[in-house]
Amino acid sequence: MKLIGEAGVRRILLGTAFSAISALLLIALFILNEGVPFIFSYGINEFLLSSDWDPQANRFGIYPMIVASLWVTLGAMIVGAPLGVAGAVFLSEFVPRSVMRVVKPTIELLAAIPSVVYGFIGVMVLAPLIRTYLGGPGLSLLAACIILGIMILPTVISISIDSIQAVPQSYREGSLALGATVWQTIHMVTIRAAKSGIIASIILGMGRAIGETMAVIMVAGNAAKIPHSTLDSVRSLTANIALEMSYATGLHRQALFATGVILFVVIMILNSFAIMAIRKRVAKK
Amino acid sequence: MSSKSLVLFSLVLLAVFIAGCSRGKTSITLAGSTAFQPFAEKLADQYMKSHPEVSITVQGGGSAVGVQSAISGAAQIGMADLVQLPEEAKSLTAVVVARDGIAIVLNPANQISNLSTDQVKDIFNGKATNWSQLGGATAPVTVVSREAGSGTRSSFEQILGGITLTKDALIQDSNGTIRETVANDPNAVGYLSHGLLNAKIKAIKIDQVECTTETVIGGSYKLVRPIYLLVKGTPTGEVKNFIDYILTDEGQQTIRGSGLISVK
Repeated sequence: MKLIGEAGVRRILLGTAFSAISALLLIALFILNEGVPFIFSYGINEFLLSSDWDPQANRFGIYPMIVASLWVTLGAMIVGAPLGVAGAVFLSEFVPRSVMRVVKPTIELLAAIPSVVYGFIGVMVLAPLIRTYLGGPGLSLLAACIILGIMILPTVISISIDSIQAVPQSYREGSLALGATVWQTIHMVTIRAAKSGIIASIILGMGRAIGETMAVIMVAGNAAKIPHSTLDSVRSLTANIALEMSYATGLHRQALFATGVILFVVIMILNSFAIMAIRKRVAKK
Repeated sequence: MSSKSLVLFSLVLLAVFIAGCSRGKTSITLAGSTAFQPFAEKLADQYMKSHPEVSITVQGGGSAVGVQSAISGAAQIGMADLVQLPEEAKSLTAVVVARDGIAIVLNPANQISNLSTDQVKDIFNGKATNWSQLGGATAPVTVVSREAGSGTRSSFEQILGGITLTKDALIQDSNGTIRETVANDPNAVGYLSHGLLNAKIKAIKIDQVECTTETVIGGSYKLVRPIYLLVKGTPTGEVKNFIDYILTDEGQQTIRGSGLISVK
């Protein structure tokens, strides 16, 4: 250790800290460099607002994919957020700590299951159920929403639990002392106090849902059109890139990079919201 | 200290050993069509057994990659399963080494066993949306197709002609997932390589012609695409020997035995 010295270690750590940022910068530069020229040469309105995606005929409109990505994400929120937040409230307020010490890591283990496994379950179990009982091809927006809703649960639950537990015990005691019931205390005091953390957890879950690729490709059916019902097949932005990248050349390839640029922008916006929400929570303390 | 350096030393020794072994070997790289990839691997294994001085690497990537890498020289041999080779491939020497029928497949629960070419076009154009329009039960048609750029899809569309794929079509990104989707959905219709048919799906007759090795060789089954090996300039040396080997009876036997259709 003496060989390197204090200043040396400092420099090495500085280098490792910046390597992550430089990787991000390189990726951003690469995607922008490949995609942005195409967006401008093709026409930004035409690219974003046309619903005609036909690479063979050089028509690249990603409007259906943008709509699909937003619907899929919103749907995953509708499935995942209430379940996740309610689960977090139950686990942190009603269950003894010893039980939670077992349950929470188990839920976090859900995040370790590869997305292809979720997709496989979606294809083999969920899609046939939807097809049999609700109609349509089964591989649909609904299937994608349910699978993604389950996939974001660990993110939502574990961050929500952390922020609910960070609420000082004195808040709860004060509320109970004023004569509020347990439920009143939870939804009027605890959840209010933990609000920004819970919102951050939902936004982070959202980031995972919009960026998910493999599971969506497997269960959403990938038809490049605007869905008219939840039983219609959809293609998300991520699926569009992953499906066609292996065969794409020339203009088609650039169009896929441009799709990546749009996805990148959307995710950046979502993440900034999450960071803002978390900052607010820290500032409050 | 000593155990670490021992491991290091043996690793270096191993590296030298491997490098020494491969020295003097001619290496050939094939890249392209995923439909032909497993067959190329099998053929390469057989060839390397009888010719230990040659080392052959087979990579996938798709027909477009096959054409590109043959032009750029990234692979000595490109593989492409296209009906029409693109304009830029004109400079390459193309050898047809096999043929592949494209079968139209339905779920076994579907009663339909024959469709006319026009009916197939109507299905994939989105004009026929219910099986009752095609003489089947009253149930919606679920069209399953490949992604844009796929060699199987472009061959399929080029042979039939006049197809603008319906926007309602489900898109799957490989022959295998098409097979699974059709096997799981009683209303689905898709298409895939003849070599990948199995009992979970049902290949139907097109204009009363069944998709079999005989009908493809005889020319009565229409949905057939050639599989090309592409070489820059004229093939020479080991590259030529390997292509010649694929065209021998033994090579063609392997192609037949694995489900593709031989050229002879």
